[in-house]
Amino acid sequence: MIIGITLIESGVNLFLITLGYRKGSVAPIYTSSSGGIMALPVPQALTLTSIVIGVAVLALMLSLVIHIYRHYGTLDVRHVRRLRE
Amino acid sequence: MTEMSRIVRTITSIAFPFSMIFGLYIIAHGHLTPGGGFQGGAVVASACAMILVAFGSKWTLKKIKEQQLSVLESVGAICFIALAFFGLIFGIAFFNNFLVGNEFLFGVIPKGLSNINTGGVLPLMNFAVGMKVVAGLFVIVLVMAYATSEYKQNPRGGHK
Amino acid sequence: MTITIPDYMPALIVAVPLLGAFLTPLISKINGKIRNGFVIFILLVNTALVFLLSYDVITNGIRTYIFGSSQEVTLPIVRILFEVDAMSVFMGIIISILVLISVIYSWAFMEKNTGLDKYYTLILLLTAGMLGMVSTGDMFNFFVFLEITSIASCALIAFWTHHAESIEAGFKYIVISSIGALFVLFSIALLYGQYDALNIAILSDAIQYTFLDKVALVLLVVALAMKAGIVPMHMWLPDSYGKAPSTISVILVSATLASLYGVLRVIFTLYGNVLDVVTRDIEFLNIKVMTGQWLGWLIILLAIASILVGVIMALRQTDFKRLIAFAAVAEIGYMFLGVGVRLASVFVENGNGLTVVHPGFGDTALQGSVFHIMNDALDVGLLFLVAGAIYYATRELSLDKLGGLARNMKYTTIFFLIGLLAVSGMPPLNGFASKLIIYETTFQLNPILGIIAILCSILLLATFVKVFHSIFLGPPLPQYKEVKEVPKSMLLAMGVIAGLIIFIGLFPEIIYTNIVQPAADALINYSSYITTVVGGI
Repeated sequence: MIIGITLIESGVNLFLITLGYRKGSVAPIYTSSSGGIMALPVPQALTLTSIVIGVAVLALMLSLVIHIYRHYGTLDVRHVRRLRE
Repeated sequence: MTEMSRIVRTITSIAFPFSMIFGLYIIAHGHLTPGGGFQGGAVVASACAMILVAFGSKWTLKKIKEQQLSVLESVGAICFIALAFFGLIFGIAFFNNFLVGNEFLFGVIPKGLSNINTGGVLPLMNFAVGMKVVAGLFVIVLVMAYATSEYKQNPRGGHK
Repeated sequence: MTITIPDYMPALIVAVPLLGAFLTPLISKINGKIRNGFVIFILLVNTALVFLLSYDVITNGIRTYIFGSSQEVTLPIVRILFEVDAMSVFMGIIISILVLISVIYSWAFMEKNTGLDKYYTLILLLTAGMLGMVSTGDMFNFFVFLEITSIASCALIAFWTHHAESIEAGFKYIVISSIGALFVLFSIALLYGQYDALNIAILSDAIQYTFLDKVALVLLVVALAMKAGIVPMHMWLPDSYGKAPSTISVILVSATLASLYGVLRVIFTLYGNVLDVVTRDIEFLNIKVMTGQWLGWLIILLAIASILVGVIMALRQTDFKRLIAFAAVAEIGYMFLGVGVRLASVFVENGNGLTVVHPGFGDTALQGSVFHIMNDALDVGLLFLVAGAIYYATRELSLDKLGGLARNMKYTTIFFLIGLLAVSGMPPLNGFASKLIIYETTFQLNPILGIIAILCSILLLATFVKVFHSIFLGPPLPQYKEVKEVPKSMLLAMGVIAGLIIFIGLFPEIIYTNIVQPAADALINYSSYITTVVGGI
């Protein structure tokens, strides 16, 4: 489950970065740039924020998994089901 | 978590300062080249995690306690929000870049190729965020290693 | 009296809890009581700031704040903009009252736990996240605050790490919540790619109804409604509310209401211009279907399902807090019912041209819905605090094992009675005022829906009377002979909320005309939100 969420997050981040591409542009670094059109830097800042949030969520989920293993003895989600209707 | 063999420990001791210097370079040049607080902090934290993996969690916990890292993290966070409030007190708005234009600290306005003495509040905020990220990620990895190693020593079954 | 407040006030209501959250680990190394006092002081200051800001916004209009530069609004806007209007301060008042009451309650409730410095840090971080979520005017900033809220609340749900069920509930919550937030990010990326803007006002001005916009609308509404707890996405709600510490359940109520605010902001402000666009023209039946209509009927369908599922599942429960959680699901259904009635009640008159008519009862339905947000937060909050008091006294929450507690805990019984009557909509308490508005307007749209709403409210009353009888009445059980009343700080917190409930119930006019009607008007007349930023259409 955690790997799946990481995959979704990587996909959304990739989508967010590719929104900034303009045809024939270079990386938007101002120091010693080679001139020409630059790609948009705003989606890169948004993606960076999203990666940081993804790291925090991943750390939290892994800590919860450590606790679940200690209580239930198994990591199979079909057996971690004490809360039913 | 137990420690690894002698070869791994030696190479880790050699490679650790280089990784840290590289990470600090990324943090410090955040306003000129790609990088900044979080990216450089992640590199330094992964260097620290390399130490943890090579030397074992017991040895690392003797050298650094979790309390000290927690204090470092809080100090980094307070520096960041204090810089934001200084933008309100000394400048015109919250998060304002109030150091641009003065001669003393980071205030030079660049023309063309820029040196590191530019950018105003940005390098200071990069350092604060870098400190917080290093402390935060390192304490996460340290506590996870300690928790799983303690579980191996006294395991509890699937009761309760 | 005119109080001029400084123009950086919208930033302060988010920055002050954040500063408190970063200072709390250092202060808690000194002493435990100093840390508690510091947290309550920060929350009192923040509540005072929110009240000042709300007084100013309701009397003077929308207030904006640009981060990091001078306050003139010039296009193009490249910085983050906080835009506080009447709906934002309405949610801000509810959030700050609930968090303050919960922290006062948890002085005695969480006293014997360890790791309390992390508890208070996370509560302050959660407050900053929720207040930022309701007062921002920028879509990506809304996403960041949404994620801060969900991470902090997940860590608080799993706070009692020695209970296995709390960990499982926290894990379910973070998985569902993070998938929902990633889909919100995907929709924001879609909108950004098309219009090159992240500001809500600029996006709302520039939106044309292309296919990608429809995809973004559906994803946003579904993901944010999932965070608010609508059937069929409600699965995390009974687990999380039922297994978290009781003070955290109260704060979680305000977090789900902040997500409900997100749904309202997206539908009424971001897509406000396209709600009256005719999307499908069925010629031979001479019907024109508008966006607002199909969206409204979809929301009405989900709301009726929530009410039915919430009430019917609540009848079967034997765990006290899980039962209150299902009642909370039903109440969220009532709020969405009012919103859906407002959206679905427009129709097109085929006179000489095509004029879009909004009948009057639609606006009243939205006002009833917004009023119900405040009433429901207070009622369900009081019920959770009573559950916490019972857990503190007897360490037991199952309805099978409790009984006869009214002799020992007199004040708690009275508070539970007030909460019971308020949740099921009995006069003269506050639930009656808002639910009556929802019943009447739903009946005018379609009589069957109104009848279902009234019947489910009666079923909720029956459920809670059963709970009251089984916990408090009955013969005294031998194992509860030495159960004492809970400490004074918990009674004070419950008493404040009960007093507010009775006050709103007896004088609903004061709250309704001064706070609720400006909030609902700010949603319906969305153009003032846009012209504050874009400056004259």
